[in-house]
Amino acid sequence: MSRSAEPLLSVKSLFVDYVTSHGRVRAVRDVSFEVNRGEVFALVGESGCGKSTTALALMRLVPQPGHVSAGHIMFQGTNLTELSERQITLVRGKQIGMIFQNPLIALNPVYSSGWQVEEAVLLDNVSRQEAWRRAFDIMGSVKIPDREERMQSYPHELSGGMRQRVMIGMMISRAPELLIADEPTTSLDVTIQAQILDLLMDLKARNNMSLLIITHDFGIVADIADRVGVMYAGSLVEQADVFSIFESPRHPYTRLLMRALPTGTKTEGRLETIKGSVPSLTEVPAGCSFNPRCPLAQDICIQERPPEREVAPGHSVRCHFSAE
Amino acid sequence: MTSFLKTAMQNKMFLVGSLIFLTVVIAAVFAAKIAPFPYDQINVLNALKPPGEGYLLGTDQYGRDIFSRLVFGSQIAIRIGVMVVAIEVTLGVALGLMAGYYGGRVDTFLSFMTDVTWALPPIVLSLAIVTALGPSLNNVVISTAIISWPGIARMVRAKTQSIKNMSYVEAARALGESDLSIMYRYILPNTLGIVIVLTTLSLPGAILSTTGLSFLGLGSQSPDPDWGVILSEGMNYIGVAPWMSIFPGIALVWTAMGFNLMGEGLRDILDPRLRT
Repeated sequence: MSRSAEPLLSVKSLFVDYVTSHGRVRAVRDVSFEVNRGEVFALVGESGCGKSTTALALMRLVPQPGHVSAGHIMFQGTNLTELSERQITLVRGKQIGMIFQNPLIALNPVYSSGWQVEEAVLLDNVSRQEAWRRAFDIMGSVKIPDREERMQSYPHELSGGMRQRVMIGMMISRAPELLIADEPTTSLDVTIQAQILDLLMDLKARNNMSLLIITHDFGIVADIADRVGVMYAGSLVEQADVFSIFESPRHPYTRLLMRALPTGTKTEGRLETIKGSVPSLTEVPAGCSFNPRCPLAQDICIQERPPEREVAPGHSVRCHFSAE
Repeated sequence: MTSFLKTAMQNKMFLVGSLIFLTVVIAAVFAAKIAPFPYDQINVLNALKPPGEGYLLGTDQYGRDIFSRLVFGSQIAIRIGVMVVAIEVTLGVALGLMAGYYGGRVDTFLSFMTDVTWALPPIVLSLAIVTALGPSLNNVVISTAIISWPGIARMVRAKTQSIKNMSYVEAARALGESDLSIMYRYILPNTLGIVIVLTTLSLPGAILSTTGLSFLGLGSQSPDPDWGVILSEGMNYIGVAPWMSIFPGIALVWTAMGFNLMGEGLRDILDPRLRT
């Protein structure tokens, strides 16, 4: 590890459990990663792999009956898991912002979009006029055309892209140091997706924010991420800088994912897939959770959970055969 | 707003209901102008006069003009109705929001309270409360509000439970809003539709129960022109002067029907919006 400055966010051995009538479901299992200042870290994985839960855990917003059962979340020297409910509300929005998956339902239907941004600004105890002025500026920085008019519009009068801009505006209004974006572009069409990603990168550079982006789209990862963590069934199986992930993936799951990506040039043959399907979190296999689908699987993979090993500086893998 | 008015105008129930409601309100506001006599003016020579003959709806055993008494009575009916509903809605909304939002023990406790209140026959419960507090109009208001808040609390609780899982509430939490502010600014405004409808629908109930208690002698006392009091006095003369009880009865039915129609209409108008 040759990192000079202290990371902005450092997650160590995070476990999140949901206690249900079927027993304990471990949604996040021993996840550790760091996000440095000014960096874009992407958490990638299939649906249900625990990436959204990880993000919610950072905000202490894991819905009932889930809870963080072990681990530390250090943010600027504070352990977020130990803060009181009151203290964590001061962190939310002010230090860590979060953009949600579906902008179509993430805005309050009964208030105008301008009001909602203003309301976010007002949490900083400023005057109404000051809040309006700042909201107006923010609407400009998230590139909303006809701001004056759009601020009067209600969410149902805005397009999906516009709503996501308003949402982003709300979340950056108090200049958080870390912005978590949970699949920010999933429900938007491709051209709008590109615009929203551009906007996020632009805001990141201007406000010197760090970005934790959660996605299943490797296109987005290649586009904007500096470092990447790949999640599978609640575990972080591989993390590395974006070039290493694409150039020399070490975990068999990452490799298979890379091979399953459609490429723009290939016109013949079938798209490769990974055999089997993601295990339900109630029945994650013993040992390495990927073993039933893994082409390299040996006995040891069923018996023992592989430790996280650093195979190159900043590149760690959770696989018994990571050396190969 | 204009589209709301347009749909409202097309809704016959709402239209008829609000017209009836308007007549009651006008009677209450301009009572002094409309009523030909003061409500307590006794004229023994003209006692028990049938309708007509200078008295539109006849007179009672003291020769007081029934019409004037009914017109002034509308003031009491509306005042009491509004007071009951104000207390009932405040209680019901606040407790329903808390039960729905916090869930767990708060919810269990409040649901238990509503269940207990519902398990007792309402009129007996309010009789018990008024008897304990002593007969007066204020106590009638209190007892009626106490027996009727659970209905509203239930509805608000259910609505809150569905709203609190909406994305925008989660987003509000991620913004750092406090619980109180989430309830007040994010959940409450989204329950307003049903609260408005419930308010309108519970007004006639409130007027009927308070009048009922006055009829039993626990609320307003003679010579106040409370419709319940007029009715109960009329009962003694129902053989010789049926108009004494018929007209206050009609006034009650008229008012209750107006509010009910208005509430039902309002529900139909607001419903499609609530579903989105």
